[in-house]
Amino acid sequence: MSDATINPADAAPVGSDAPAEHMAIPAGYDDGQDHIGLEHHTSTGLSNTKLAMWLFLGSECLLFGGLISTYMLYRNRRADTLGPDQLWDIPFTSATSFILLMSSLTMVLGVQAAKRRDDRNTRLWLTVTALLGGLFLAGQIYEFTVFYREGLGFTTNLFASSFYTLVGFHGAHVSVGIIMLMATVGMLLRNRVHGNKAETVEMIGLYWHFVDIVWIVIFTLVYLIPA
Amino acid sequence: MSTDTTTTGTEHHFGEDITAIEPDAIPHEHKDLRDRDYVFIAFLLLILTALEVAASYIELGSLLVPILLIMMAIKFVTVASFFMHLRGDARIFSWMFYAGLFLAVGVYAAALTTFHFFAP
Repeated sequence: MSDATINPADAAPVGSDAPAEHMAIPAGYDDGQDHIGLEHHTSTGLSNTKLAMWLFLGSECLLFGGLISTYMLYRNRRADTLGPDQLWDIPFTSATSFILLMSSLTMVLGVQAAKRRDDRNTRLWLTVTALLGGLFLAGQIYEFTVFYREGLGFTTNLFASSFYTLVGFHGAHVSVGIIMLMATVGMLLRNRVHGNKAETVEMIGLYWHFVDIVWIVIFTLVYLIPA
Repeated sequence: MSTDTTTTGTEHHFGEDITAIEPDAIPHEHKDLRDRDYVFIAFLLLILTALEVAASYIELGSLLVPILLIMMAIKFVTVASFFMHLRGDARIFSWMFYAGLFLAVGVYAAALTTFHFFAP
Protein backbone atom coordinates (compact mmCIF):
# COMPACT_ATOMS: atom_id res chain seq x y z
CA MET A 1 0.00 0.00 0.00
CA SER A 2 1.84 3.07 -1.05
CA ASP A 3 1.02 6.75 -1.16
CA ALA A 4 1.98 8.62 -4.28
CA THR A 5 4.76 10.35 -2.38
CA ILE A 6 6.91 10.93 -5.42
CA ASN A 7 8.56 14.33 -5.39
CA PRO A 8 7.80 16.60 -8.31
CA ALA A 9 11.50 16.46 -9.12
CA ASP A 10 11.28 12.69 -9.48
CA ALA A 11 8.30 13.05 -11.76
CA ALA A 12 10.27 15.13 -14.26
CA PRO A 13 11.15 13.22 -17.42
CA VAL A 14 14.74 12.02 -17.52
CA GLY A 15 16.91 14.65 -19.10
CA SER A 16 14.32 17.35 -18.72
CA ASP A 17 15.70 20.73 -17.66
CA ALA A 18 12.27 22.02 -16.71
CA PRO A 19 12.19 23.14 -13.06
CA ALA A 20 10.06 20.76 -11.04
CA GLU A 21 8.00 23.54 -9.48
CA HIS A 22 6.85 24.68 -12.91
CA MET A 23 5.49 21.26 -13.85
CA ALA A 24 1.78 20.59 -13.66
CA ILE A 25 1.05 18.25 -10.75
CA PRO A 26 -0.76 15.24 -12.16
CA ALA A 27 -4.11 14.06 -10.89
CA GLY A 28 -3.75 11.74 -7.92
CA TYR A 29 -0.45 13.27 -6.85
CA ASP A 30 -0.13 13.66 -3.08
CA ASP A 31 1.74 16.78 -2.09
CA GLY A 32 1.76 15.65 1.51
CA GLN A 33 -0.36 18.55 2.67
CA ASP A 34 -3.65 18.28 4.50
CA HIS A 35 -6.13 20.60 2.89
CA ILE A 36 -8.98 21.41 5.20
CA GLY A 37 -12.17 19.88 3.91
CA LEU A 38 -10.47 18.22 0.93
CA GLU A 39 -9.83 14.55 0.35
CA HIS A 40 -6.27 13.35 0.87
CA HIS A 41 -5.33 11.70 -2.42
CA THR A 42 -3.54 8.37 -2.36
CA SER A 43 -2.41 6.12 -5.19
CA THR A 44 -5.05 3.54 -4.20
CA GLY A 45 -7.84 6.05 -3.93
CA LEU A 46 -8.43 4.81 -0.38
CA SER A 47 -7.82 6.72 2.81
CA ASN A 48 -4.61 5.51 4.46
CA THR A 49 -5.99 6.54 7.86
CA LYS A 50 -8.98 4.30 7.30
CA LEU A 51 -6.81 1.43 6.10
CA ALA A 52 -4.65 1.76 9.20
CA MET A 53 -7.73 1.84 11.45
CA TRP A 54 -9.19 -1.33 9.91
CA LEU A 55 -5.83 -3.05 10.19
CA PHE A 56 -5.69 -2.03 13.84
CA LEU A 57 -9.22 -3.32 14.45
CA GLY A 58 -8.32 -6.61 12.75
CA SER A 59 -5.38 -6.98 15.15
CA GLU A 60 -7.65 -6.11 18.08
CA CYS A 61 -9.74 -9.17 17.17
CA LEU A 62 -6.69 -11.27 18.00
CA LEU A 63 -6.24 -9.54 21.36
CA PHE A 64 -9.84 -10.03 22.44
CA GLY A 65 -9.91 -13.52 20.90
CA GLY A 66 -7.09 -14.50 23.26
CA LEU A 67 -8.81 -12.99 26.29
CA ILE A 68 -12.18 -14.57 25.48
CA SER A 69 -10.57 -17.99 24.85
CA THR A 70 -8.71 -17.79 28.15
CA TYR A 71 -11.94 -17.00 29.96
CA MET A 72 -13.77 -19.87 28.23
CA LEU A 73 -10.98 -22.22 29.24
CA TYR A 74 -10.88 -21.16 32.87
CA ARG A 75 -14.48 -20.33 33.65
CA ASN A 76 -15.03 -23.65 35.43
CA ARG A 77 -11.75 -23.48 37.35
CA ARG A 78 -13.16 -22.20 40.61
CA ALA A 79 -13.48 -25.15 42.99
CA ASP A 80 -16.44 -24.50 45.31
CA THR A 81 -16.13 -20.73 45.34
CA LEU A 82 -18.55 -18.28 43.75
CA GLY A 83 -19.28 -18.77 40.05
CA PRO A 84 -21.29 -17.13 37.28
CA ASP A 85 -24.57 -18.71 38.40
CA GLN A 86 -24.38 -17.07 41.82
CA LEU A 87 -22.87 -13.77 40.67
CA TRP A 88 -24.33 -12.68 37.35
CA ASP A 89 -27.14 -10.15 37.47
CA ILE A 90 -28.48 -10.63 33.93
CA PRO A 91 -31.16 -7.89 34.05
CA PHE A 92 -28.57 -5.34 35.19
CA THR A 93 -25.97 -6.41 32.58
CA SER A 94 -28.70 -6.41 29.91
CA ALA A 95 -29.50 -2.81 30.80
CA THR A 96 -25.85 -1.78 30.44
CA SER A 97 -25.71 -3.66 27.12
CA PHE A 98 -28.74 -1.68 25.91
CA ILE A 99 -26.92 1.51 26.89
CA LEU A 100 -23.81 0.55 24.91
CA LEU A 101 -25.93 -0.40 21.88
CA MET A 102 -27.66 2.98 22.05
CA SER A 103 -24.27 4.67 22.19
CA SER A 104 -23.47 3.01 18.85
CA LEU A 105 -26.60 4.63 17.41
CA THR A 106 -25.67 8.08 18.72
CA MET A 107 -22.14 7.57 17.38
CA VAL A 108 -23.35 6.78 13.87
CA LEU A 109 -25.67 9.81 14.03
CA GLY A 110 -22.60 11.88 14.98
CA VAL A 111 -20.70 10.52 11.97
CA GLN A 112 -23.65 11.33 9.70
CA ALA A 113 -23.81 14.87 11.11
CA ALA A 114 -20.05 15.28 10.50
CA LYS A 115 -20.53 14.18 6.88
CA ARG A 116 -23.18 16.87 6.51
CA ARG A 117 -20.65 19.34 8.01
CA ASP A 118 -23.13 20.01 10.81
CA ASP A 119 -20.65 20.78 13.59
CA ARG A 120 -23.28 21.54 16.22
CA ASN A 121 -25.03 18.18 15.92
CA THR A 122 -21.70 16.37 15.57
CA ARG A 123 -20.60 17.76 18.93
CA LEU A 124 -24.00 16.98 20.44
CA TRP A 125 -24.06 13.33 19.32
CA LEU A 126 -20.43 12.75 20.28
CA THR A 127 -21.11 14.16 23.74
CA VAL A 128 -24.20 11.95 24.15
CA THR A 129 -22.11 8.94 23.02
CA ALA A 130 -19.45 9.75 25.62
CA LEU A 131 -22.11 10.10 28.31
CA LEU A 132 -23.67 6.74 27.42
CA GLY A 133 -20.19 5.20 27.41
CA GLY A 134 -19.61 6.71 30.86
CA LEU A 135 -22.90 5.23 32.06
CA PHE A 136 -21.88 1.79 30.76
CA LEU A 137 -18.52 2.11 32.47
CA ALA A 138 -20.18 3.16 35.73
CA GLY A 139 -22.32 0.01 35.48
CA GLN A 140 -19.22 -2.13 35.03
CA ILE A 141 -17.50 -0.54 38.02
CA TYR A 142 -20.64 -1.10 40.11
CA GLU A 143 -20.77 -4.73 38.95
CA PHE A 144 -17.09 -5.26 39.83
CA THR A 145 -17.68 -3.71 43.25
CA VAL A 146 -20.61 -6.05 43.94
CA PHE A 147 -18.57 -9.12 42.87
CA TYR A 148 -15.66 -8.03 45.05
CA ARG A 149 -17.95 -7.57 48.06
CA GLU A 150 -19.40 -11.03 47.41
CA GLY A 151 -15.86 -12.39 47.77
CA LEU A 152 -14.63 -12.63 44.19
CA GLY A 153 -11.24 -10.93 44.13
CA PHE A 154 -8.89 -10.75 41.14
CA THR A 155 -6.75 -13.58 42.52
CA THR A 156 -9.50 -15.67 44.08
CA ASN A 157 -9.28 -18.29 41.32
CA LEU A 158 -8.57 -18.67 37.61
CA PHE A 159 -12.19 -17.93 36.72
CA ALA A 160 -12.05 -14.59 38.55
CA SER A 161 -8.69 -13.59 37.06
CA SER A 162 -9.73 -14.35 33.49
CA PHE A 163 -13.13 -12.67 33.95
CA TYR A 164 -11.73 -9.46 35.44
CA THR A 165 -8.98 -9.33 32.80
CA LEU A 166 -11.39 -9.77 29.88
CA VAL A 167 -14.08 -7.37 31.08
CA GLY A 168 -11.47 -4.98 32.48
CA PHE A 169 -9.69 -4.81 29.11
CA HIS A 170 -12.99 -4.04 27.44
CA GLY A 171 -13.67 -1.34 30.03
CA ALA A 172 -10.23 0.14 29.34
CA HIS A 173 -11.11 0.30 25.64
CA VAL A 174 -14.39 2.07 26.47
CA SER A 175 -12.43 4.55 28.61
CA VAL A 176 -10.02 5.29 25.75
CA GLY A 177 -13.03 5.75 23.46
CA ILE A 178 -14.60 8.26 25.87
CA ILE A 179 -11.32 10.20 26.06
CA MET A 180 -11.12 10.28 22.24
CA LEU A 181 -14.74 11.43 21.97
CA MET A 182 -14.33 14.24 24.48
CA ALA A 183 -11.02 15.31 22.94
CA THR A 184 -12.69 15.48 19.53
CA VAL A 185 -15.60 17.51 20.91
CA GLY A 186 -13.08 19.93 22.46
CA MET A 187 -11.10 20.17 19.24
CA LEU A 188 -14.28 20.75 17.21
CA LEU A 189 -15.28 23.54 19.61
CA ARG A 190 -11.91 25.24 19.13
CA ASN A 191 -11.92 24.43 15.40
CA ARG A 192 -8.63 22.59 15.78
CA VAL A 193 -9.48 19.52 13.71
CA HIS A 194 -7.24 19.74 10.65
CA GLY A 195 -7.86 17.85 7.46
CA ASN A 196 -11.09 16.02 6.80
CA LYS A 197 -13.30 16.49 9.89
CA ALA A 198 -15.81 13.85 8.78
CA GLU A 199 -13.05 11.27 8.41
CA THR A 200 -11.65 12.09 11.87
CA VAL A 201 -15.09 11.55 13.41
CA GLU A 202 -15.58 8.39 11.33
CA MET A 203 -12.30 6.90 12.65
CA ILE A 204 -13.44 7.43 16.23
CA GLY A 205 -16.78 5.94 15.23
CA LEU A 206 -15.10 2.81 13.87
CA TYR A 207 -13.23 2.36 17.14
CA TRP A 208 -16.40 2.91 19.17
CA HIS A 209 -18.46 0.44 17.11
CA PHE A 210 -15.67 -2.11 17.48
CA VAL A 211 -15.88 -1.74 21.27
CA ASP A 212 -19.63 -2.32 20.94
CA ILE A 213 -19.09 -5.39 18.74
CA VAL A 214 -16.69 -6.87 21.30
CA TRP A 215 -19.29 -6.35 24.00
CA ILE A 216 -21.90 -8.14 21.86
CA VAL A 217 -19.59 -11.19 21.90
CA ILE A 218 -18.68 -10.88 25.60
CA PHE A 219 -22.31 -10.46 26.65
CA THR A 220 -23.34 -13.66 24.89
CA LEU A 221 -20.33 -15.85 25.64
CA VAL A 222 -19.64 -14.72 29.19
CA TYR A 223 -23.04 -13.75 30.60
CA LEU A 224 -25.73 -15.63 28.66
CA ILE A 225 -24.21 -19.00 27.83
CA PRO A 226 -24.31 -21.10 31.00
CA ALA A 227 -20.97 -22.27 32.38
CA MET B 1 6.89 6.64 -16.32
CA SER B 2 6.46 5.46 -12.76
CA THR B 3 3.81 2.93 -12.00
CA ASP B 4 1.88 1.93 -8.94
CA THR B 5 -0.03 -1.20 -8.05
CA THR B 6 -3.33 -0.99 -6.24
CA THR B 7 -4.69 -3.41 -3.67
CA THR B 8 -6.47 -5.29 -6.40
CA GLY B 9 -3.18 -5.92 -8.12
CA THR B 10 -3.92 -3.73 -11.10
CA GLU B 11 -0.99 -1.71 -12.40
CA HIS B 12 -1.50 1.96 -13.03
CA HIS B 13 0.64 4.64 -14.55
CA PHE B 14 1.69 7.52 -12.37
CA GLY B 15 -0.76 10.38 -12.58
CA GLU B 16 -3.55 8.24 -13.94
CA ASP B 17 -6.86 8.86 -12.24
CA ILE B 18 -7.69 5.45 -10.83
CA THR B 19 -11.14 6.55 -9.74
CA ALA B 20 -12.10 6.32 -13.40
CA ILE B 21 -10.77 2.76 -13.64
CA GLU B 22 -11.73 0.90 -10.49
CA PRO B 23 -14.96 2.16 -9.01
CA ASP B 24 -15.11 -0.88 -6.68
CA ALA B 25 -11.82 0.06 -5.04
CA ILE B 26 -13.02 3.49 -4.09
CA PRO B 27 -15.00 3.91 -0.90
CA HIS B 28 -18.45 5.27 -1.50
CA GLU B 29 -20.86 6.40 1.15
CA HIS B 30 -24.19 4.92 2.06
CA LYS B 31 -26.31 7.48 0.29
CA ASP B 32 -29.38 5.31 0.70
CA LEU B 33 -29.20 5.23 4.52
CA ARG B 34 -30.71 8.12 6.41
CA ASP B 35 -30.69 8.86 10.13
CA ARG B 36 -34.03 7.14 10.63
CA ASP B 37 -32.66 4.01 8.94
CA TYR B 38 -29.93 3.86 11.57
CA VAL B 39 -32.56 4.31 14.30
CA PHE B 40 -34.49 1.39 12.79
CA ILE B 41 -31.33 -0.79 12.71
CA ALA B 42 -30.60 0.10 16.36
CA PHE B 43 -34.19 -0.85 17.23
CA LEU B 44 -33.70 -4.25 15.56
CA LEU B 45 -30.49 -4.74 17.53
CA LEU B 46 -32.34 -3.97 20.74
CA ILE B 47 -35.03 -6.51 19.89
CA LEU B 48 -32.37 -9.13 19.15
CA THR B 49 -30.69 -8.41 22.48
CA ALA B 50 -34.04 -8.73 24.26
CA LEU B 51 -34.63 -12.06 22.49
CA GLU B 52 -31.17 -13.25 23.53
CA VAL B 53 -31.87 -12.42 27.16
CA ALA B 54 -35.32 -14.04 26.96
CA ALA B 55 -33.82 -17.19 25.40
CA SER B 56 -31.36 -17.50 28.28
CA TYR B 57 -34.33 -17.70 30.71
CA ILE B 58 -36.27 -20.28 28.68
CA GLU B 59 -35.50 -23.99 28.97
CA LEU B 60 -34.21 -24.68 25.45
CA GLY B 61 -31.82 -27.50 26.30
CA SER B 62 -29.10 -28.15 23.74
CA LEU B 63 -30.63 -25.57 21.37
CA LEU B 64 -29.79 -22.66 23.65
CA VAL B 65 -26.12 -22.26 22.73
CA PRO B 66 -26.60 -22.41 18.91
CA ILE B 67 -29.53 -19.97 19.12
CA LEU B 68 -27.52 -17.52 21.22
CA LEU B 69 -24.49 -17.82 18.91
CA ILE B 70 -26.62 -17.21 15.80
CA MET B 71 -28.24 -14.11 17.32
CA MET B 72 -24.80 -12.88 18.42
CA ALA B 73 -23.44 -13.34 14.89
CA ILE B 74 -26.41 -11.46 13.38
CA LYS B 75 -25.85 -8.54 15.75
CA PHE B 76 -22.10 -8.58 15.06
CA VAL B 77 -22.51 -8.51 11.27
CA THR B 78 -25.27 -5.88 11.45
CA VAL B 79 -23.12 -3.45 13.44
CA ALA B 80 -20.09 -4.09 11.20
CA SER B 81 -22.06 -3.80 7.96
CA PHE B 82 -24.27 -0.81 8.68
CA PHE B 83 -22.85 1.20 11.59
CA MET B 84 -19.23 0.65 10.50
CA HIS B 85 -20.26 1.04 6.84
CA LEU B 86 -18.45 -2.12 5.73
CA ARG B 87 -21.33 -2.97 3.40
CA GLY B 88 -20.86 0.04 1.14
CA ASP B 89 -17.14 0.63 1.65
CA ALA B 90 -14.19 -0.70 -0.34
CA ARG B 91 -13.88 -4.47 -0.04
CA ILE B 92 -10.30 -4.27 1.20
CA PHE B 93 -11.58 -2.94 4.56
CA SER B 94 -13.84 -5.96 4.98
CA TRP B 95 -10.94 -8.23 4.11
CA MET B 96 -8.69 -6.60 6.70
CA PHE B 97 -11.26 -6.84 9.46
CA TYR B 98 -12.67 -10.28 8.73
CA ALA B 99 -9.18 -11.69 8.08
CA GLY B 100 -8.21 -10.66 11.61
CA LEU B 101 -11.46 -12.02 12.97
CA PHE B 102 -11.29 -15.42 11.24
CA LEU B 103 -7.59 -15.73 12.06
CA ALA B 104 -8.45 -15.14 15.72
CA VAL B 105 -11.33 -17.63 15.65
CA GLY B 106 -9.16 -20.26 13.90
CA VAL B 107 -6.12 -19.84 16.11
CA TYR B 108 -8.04 -19.83 19.37
CA ALA B 109 -10.37 -22.66 18.33
CA ALA B 110 -7.23 -24.72 17.65
CA ALA B 111 -5.73 -23.67 20.98
CA LEU B 112 -8.94 -24.57 22.84
CA THR B 113 -9.05 -27.93 21.08
CA THR B 114 -5.58 -28.77 22.35
CA PHE B 115 -6.90 -28.16 25.87
CA HIS B 116 -9.85 -30.52 25.16
CA PHE B 117 -12.28 -27.64 25.58
CA PHE B 118 -14.77 -29.09 23.10
CA ALA B 119 -14.56 -32.64 24.47
CA PRO B 120 -17.82 -33.87 26.04
